[in-house]
Amino acid sequence: MNRNESNRGSEARSLALYAAYVLLAVAILIYILAFFAGNTGIAINGGAINEERNSITIALSEEPPQLDSTRSTDASSFVVLAHTMEGLIAYDQNDQLTPGVAERWEIRDDGATFWIREEAIWSDGQPVTAHDFEFAWKRVLDPDTAAQYAFILYPIKNAEAVNQGDLPKEMLGVRAVTDLVLEVDFERPTPYFDKLVAFNTYFPLREDFFESTNGRYGADAEMLLSNGPYILTEWIHGASMVWKKNPYYWNSEKGLLDEIVTAYITNDANANLNLFKDGQIVQTGLTAPMLPTAMEQRWQIDRFMDGTLFFLEFNHRESRITDNLHFRKALYFAQDPSELVYKVLKEASYLPAESLFPIWIQGLQGAFRKEYPLPKHSLDLEKAREYLDLARQELGLEDFPPIILLTGDSSLSLLAAEYYQELYKKNLGLELRIDAQIFKQRLAKMTSGDFDIVMAGWGPDYFDALTFGDLFSSWNLNNRGRYQSEEMDNLVRTAQSELDPQKRMDAFGSIQELIYSDVVIIPMYERGVSFVVDPRLKGFKRRSVGPQVDYNYAYIDSSQN
Amino acid sequence: MFLFGLKRLLQGVVTVWFIATATFFAMHNVPGDPLLNERAGSEAIKANLESKYGLDQPLSTQYFIYLRNLSRGDFGISFTQENREVNDIIREHFPVSAILGILAIVFAATGGVLFGALTALYRNRLPDYIIMILVILGISVPSFVIAAMSQLMLVGINNMAGSTILPVAGWGTILHMLVPALVLGLGTMAYLTRLMRSSMLEIIGSDYIRTARSKGVPPSRIFAKHQLRNAILPVVTVLGPSIAAITTGGFVVELVFAIPGLGRYFVQAVQQLDYTVIMGTTVFYGAFLVFMVILVDILYGFIDPRVRLEK
Repeated sequence: MNRNESNRGSEARSLALYAAYVLLAVAILIYILAFFAGNTGIAINGGAINEERNSITIALSEEPPQLDSTRSTDASSFVVLAHTMEGLIAYDQNDQLTPGVAERWEIRDDGATFWIREEAIWSDGQPVTAHDFEFAWKRVLDPDTAAQYAFILYPIKNAEAVNQGDLPKEMLGVRAVTDLVLEVDFERPTPYFDKLVAFNTYFPLREDFFESTNGRYGADAEMLLSNGPYILTEWIHGASMVWKKNPYYWNSEKGLLDEIVTAYITNDANANLNLFKDGQIVQTGLTAPMLPTAMEQRWQIDRFMDGTLFFLEFNHRESRITDNLHFRKALYFAQDPSELVYKVLKEASYLPAESLFPIWIQGLQGAFRKEYPLPKHSLDLEKAREYLDLARQELGLEDFPPIILLTGDSSLSLLAAEYYQELYKKNLGLELRIDAQIFKQRLAKMTSGDFDIVMAGWGPDYFDALTFGDLFSSWNLNNRGRYQSEEMDNLVRTAQSELDPQKRMDAFGSIQELIYSDVVIIPMYERGVSFVVDPRLKGFKRRSVGPQVDYNYAYIDSSQN
Repeated sequence: MFLFGLKRLLQGVVTVWFIATATFFAMHNVPGDPLLNERAGSEAIKANLESKYGLDQPLSTQYFIYLRNLSRGDFGISFTQENREVNDIIREHFPVSAILGILAIVFAATGGVLFGALTALYRNRLPDYIIMILVILGISVPSFVIAAMSQLMLVGINNMAGSTILPVAGWGTILHMLVPALVLGLGTMAYLTRLMRSSMLEIIGSDYIRTARSKGVPPSRIFAKHQLRNAILPVVTVLGPSIAAITTGGFVVELVFAIPGLGRYFVQAVQQLDYTVIMGTTVFYGAFLVFMVILVDILYGFIDPRVRLEK
């Protein structure tokens, strides 16, 4: 026994010696690796706010796929572009239109004119001209570009035909009369054109610079030209970005920081929260389970609606049961969105939805939904069962076959789907079959009409009721259920082209009414986000339309802290 | 030895070709259309995109075009990151995954061997018990839990210290790498510890150890030359596949610690049906794994003369 003990002692000593050698080797290796790692990321440890450098650090949830404004479609590209670019018109802090590159403009029923300010300068010192807009818009509509957002330019004369390849792009109704005057012809009267030109796809692009990049425009920091408050000076893919103040930018109210560092790219909500807690980023979103922590920390929690509406959309194709109006109504009256939001999803920042038009949509003077209220909805089982009986008679069915509910595969949509499954079984004795699919497959099934009900989400593109209002027109490809009616099409046409604001808004009121009485959707919720901002940062803005986060007006208030 | 290496290399090429083919057809059979987007597009735009990516060709033609490009080392252009070549994505992001992976595997291997030897040395005594409990935790707790918890711990440490001692997330310096690498290597470390322990115990009872003892070889020499060296063999065997597994399996750790590695692209590509990136990363990782296994086979010969395959 004793011998064994002493053996172990000497063995342990030799093991310890080995361990020491190995640790030394590991330490050396780490330093070698650190050298290589230095080339693949930037080391930033300046903290969330650096007053000396007038700089802030933020996190981005996704890497922008590329930053060519004519082709970008995703939220994080929109965020970056909103800081590096500026359109003819922009939105101010109160979501009101404010002059951008255009110092003034005129919108007529057959077209529009924009007068471009002389002070608008590209980040290489050359002036922004009307030609840059003409070039950009023609490029968007060029069939070879295959821009997914090309449709948003369709109010311009011949735009759709050019985009389909039926007309040459020289026929597009846009031309630079002089360097500073841009003329646009309309396909049809477009009273909301001023709101459209604030959108990313309408941003300018300079031909000579674009050509010099050999088709790689927007792929890297050097392959970009900016005319906005900030310039993208460094972009390490997947890792980090640096936006520096654009010295040529004209508007002294925007771009108040010298530097914005995107040091982290991750959509992991907990990682973002940890970074915020550690004082590394200036703001972060909070999911429902994080709210207690946030309150413990006595943070000032803000909330905003991110603009997106979620609803159940029926399939109106003839072979489907859901084509029956009374069946749809039965389903509508047998549910209550507030139960879904408050008891099932339990997301404090979500709002039970009531209409296709979200709560923040503007009417003539105030909120659209105040000016055009819908009948107050409440769960009405009696009515629901009456409608179901009517449907049963009309369809000549004893029992209803299982209804297919197409949904995404996120935990939230599955939770909601299971809720509806249970609800309709209990309230109407209907069997719902959940068809959960990955994103691209769900889109494929939505397009081909392989569903009875689909859980749909719709976010706004521009600050006008039409961004929701034309969803059920027969020509809208996003009308996945293929609802079709003469009345709806006429109303949407009026809403598109009517120049009298009152009549136009009335059309939206009628559209809402028609959706309630004939289309029938089941509104679920309006998505909201809770978030917390470093108290030293002022002027930060989250938006329902446009970039979700906006630092254009942000500045550091040194009196805090 | 040279012939052996050559033979294994040829087998490897066939394996990679098989991986490429299987992935290609499996991917094209996954339901869903890679070109569909949230905003529905017109037929004309869709047709344009299809011809741009060659999706309008019959599948067999696409396959041969793909193989031809593959043999030239060209993986094509990403569907989602439209201006980036898949080769660029791999070139920029694999080094990050590799650095993290190497560090993780170094942690795992040194930790595994040291702790394994330690537990064998103190078998059925306190250090053994403590380490084995940790090992079971390391094997059974998934890495996203450990990653999240260790990040939270970092926040706590930094808060207590009043300044940032170790960064919570990000990439670029040595300090950024330590914790993620440790988290990434933990599972493998636990596995290797157990392997090393049982392998050590097996050898303690073997004849040649007894012979050495009876000859009067000093115990520390027996331990180092006979026991440790022989016990390490099985560890080296699993090291090859583990290197590949760690280097490719860092998705969760990369996400939590905001590290710009290739794992993120690998997983996102599948979610978004980004054909070229799926193919590029899968074939690349497949080739990497095959290469690692071959490397270990060859290395084996150096450590254990008995395995040095003649002919």
